[in-house]
Order: sequence, then C-alpha cells, then structure tokens
Amino acid sequence: MRHSLLVRITHWLTALSVAGLLVSGVAILIAHPRLYWGETGSLETTSLIDLPLTLTLGHSGWGRYLHFLSAWLCVLTGLIYVLSGLVTKHFRRDLLPARSPLAGPLLSSPADSYNVVQRVTYLCVVFLLFPFIVVTGLAMSPAVTSVTPWLATMFGGHQSARTIHFFAASAVTLFVIGHVTMVAAAGFAVRVMAMITGGRAAAQEHV
Amino acid sequence: MSTRITRRRLITTAVTAAAGVSGVGVVASIANRYGLIPPDHQGLYGVGETLTYAAQRVLTSGHSLAREFDRSQISSAPPVNGEAPEKASYQRQLAGGFSEWRLPIDGLVARPASLSLADLRALPSRSQITLQACEEGWSFIAEWTGAQLSSVLELVGPAPHARYVFFFCYDDWFESIDMADAVHPQTLIAYGMNGQNLPPNHGAPARLKLPRQLGYKNVKYLSRITVTDSVADVGEGLGGGAPEAGYSWYAGI
Repeated sequence: MRHSLLVRITHWLTALSVAGLLVSGVAILIAHPRLYWGETGSLETTSLIDLPLTLTLGHSGWGRYLHFLSAWLCVLTGLIYVLSGLVTKHFRRDLLPARSPLAGPLLSSPADSYNVVQRVTYLCVVFLLFPFIVVTGLAMSPAVTSVTPWLATMFGGHQSARTIHFFAASAVTLFVIGHVTMVAAAGFAVRVMAMITGGRAAAQEHV
Repeated sequence: MSTRITRRRLITTAVTAAAGVSGVGVVASIANRYGLIPPDHQGLYGVGETLTYAAQRVLTSGHSLAREFDRSQISSAPPVNGEAPEKASYQRQLAGGFSEWRLPIDGLVARPASLSLADLRALPSRSQITLQACEEGWSFIAEWTGAQLSSVLELVGPAPHARYVFFFCYDDWFESIDMADAVHPQTLIAYGMNGQNLPPNHGAPARLKLPRQLGYKNVKYLSRITVTDSVADVGEGLGGGAPEAGYSWYAGI
C-alpha cells in the first residue's frame, strides 16, 4: 500500500489528536464516573451506569484544556483529509468497495490495496464515527446549544449526549485497538514504515 | 532531486516565512480588536482556548439564548457544590439577613454605586429555568430570579472602552466575563432560586447566573463588581481564579 504524503501527515496528526482526546477524556471522566440519561444527573439522582472507576478530582482542568486543543487538531486535520481525499479521489479509488463486493477480496489483505472489511471500516470511522463524536461533544456545550438547541434535544438531553459521547469514544478506542492489532498481524514495522515513508519498503517486502 | 539551496529558493522561503509571521500578527491584532482572544491565550493550550473562544463568540454573536426549560423539569434535589463561607464577615451578614449587605460596583464606570438587596430587587427582575452543567460532568435544572447585569451596568454607566466585568466573592474567589456576556439578557445577578431567596449554599445573598457558560463561572456570594479594560492588574492577570487554578477562563463548552 503506497500512502500519499498528505495521507501520511494527516494520519499521524490524527493519531496524535486521538491519543490526546482519549487521555484527556479519561481525565475529565474520572471527575464524575457516572453516566445518566436525560438533561440532568448528579450524585443526588440515580445513574444509568456507574463506571468502575474511582472518583478522582483535580484532573479536569488540564484535561479540558488538552481535550479541546486535541479536538481542534482532530477536526482541522480531518477536514483537510476529507477535502483532499475528495479532490484526489482517494476515497473512491482506495476506500469505496467495488460495486460487487465479491469482485474484491473480502478479508485477505493484498499488499497494494485494502480488502472490503478494511474499506468499510475506514469509511465508517471517517464519515460516521468521527462526525458523530464531534456532534455529541458539541451537544454538551451550553454556548453552542444556545444557537442550536435541537443539538442537545435530539440526543435526549445534555446528560444523554454525554453518555452517547462516552460510548462513541469507546468505539474509537475499539477501532484503535483493532487497527493496531491488524497492523501488527500484517507486519508492524513494515506497515508503520509504509505510513511514515510512503510505502516503498512495504512494496519490496510484499513481492 | 537536488538538495542544493539556491539563492532564489532561500529568498522565496524567507519571504514566505516573513509573510506568514506578519499574517499571524495581523490576524491576532484584528482578533484582539473584536474581542476574540481570551486572557489565557498563552502557550500550547492557549491555541485551543483561542480557537474555542473565537469560534463561540462568532457563533453566538446574535445574543443567542441558552436553553430554557419547563417548570416540571426543575431538579428536585439540586446538588450543593461547596458550603457557604465560614469567615466572620460572611456569617455576620447571613445572621443579619443580609440587611447590611452592599454590592459596590466600581472601576471604569461613570457613576460608581453600592446596591443593597432591596436596590437589586427594585430593578426589573427576570426569572429563567436553565440548566447548570458542571465541568466535572453533573448537571441540574433550577429557576433563577434576579436583576439583569445589563440593568445594573446601565445604572453605573461603563466606559466605552470597558472590556471585562470582574466579580469578587465572600469565599475569596473571583472571576471575570467579557462585555458580550455582561450585557447578555440571561446574565443575572440572581437573588432567588426556585421561588425562594437564594439559599446560603447556593450563593446567598446574590450570585452570578450565566447559563451559556459552565457552573464554575456562575460565582456565588458576591461582594463586589469591578469594570475594567484589562485583566492584567487583577490577581495573576489571567482573568479569574479558575485560570489561576488551571481551568479555562472561558467555559462555553
């Protein structure tokens, strides 16, 4: 698989931002590791889920600073990636499965392309999961929802948005684990080098 | 590919870099003029803060109103975050029913004033049922009643170059907000909660209500309001106790 320079740069910026988002997300979460449904929820009310985490105060200050810095990096990088991917037809060429899925390999991983499962997963993460997690995050913002109140109400309220944001973040975590595992199974050093240098080494290894 | 650095390439690179740096300078100066730079804009985290504050200021520039709720949605057990101050100056006021309490409004104002609770209650009142969300993650809904800060500011006449309103509190905390929030119709000096006088643990006799920002900006136990054109001379110059404690000055998200 040969990766263009833009794909390589945006991949690592996204990786950096997701690492920042997950670390800071946990830092914010442990200040109140209880999830609710609806608009309100506190220690005075019943929770939907009590996460098995110890309530630890004092980390949401830097956690929030890092979360929003990483979120900006993620969103701006994502916009550049998606716009350039549309212009260069990267999505159509490399990620959109063929008309008949049976025409392409379903699970086997050719050295110069992605199989159908990989294609569908990447497209879902880029075009569904990431926009969804951004929107559920913004639904918690009292300033943003002053302009777009429907953003909070369509998820069932402020606390519902927070709960859904948590599960979306869990899905991102599962994707990262799956992604890194697959890369490791396919040859970690070769695949990582391909995403750094552009894939010349990978092409040779897979001959 | 040749790696030789030609004079032309060197000049082109230098000109591009200079244009980039001066471009950032021009953007920063324009952003500052339109009030898009928060006091805690320094450092790497400041980049994220500035983007968030500027984006939200542009997004909410039409005085958008925070969501208001139905009376049936009011939380039956509003959480208490921090007890009323123990210090004698506050306890004395509390024991006296806040009859001696005065709220001085000073700084860059034409007519400095000192308002009693009766003075605040005599101003046109507004009641709003809004959600208070804590940065920790919990939230509750309550009805808040008070005087709009804009009415209080009209009384004292802020200078045209005023940019911030500082709030000082009996628990030695302080915060500041920008003029966009200060004149926002939902920004209240609240003295009532759920139809009662503001309870001590919720900030008696009066607190700031600012429903487009998170709970920690809604400071309690007000003791003084000061209008300024800068955050530099108050505390560590970051605009409030929250940024001094490592929390962002702007809490709209």
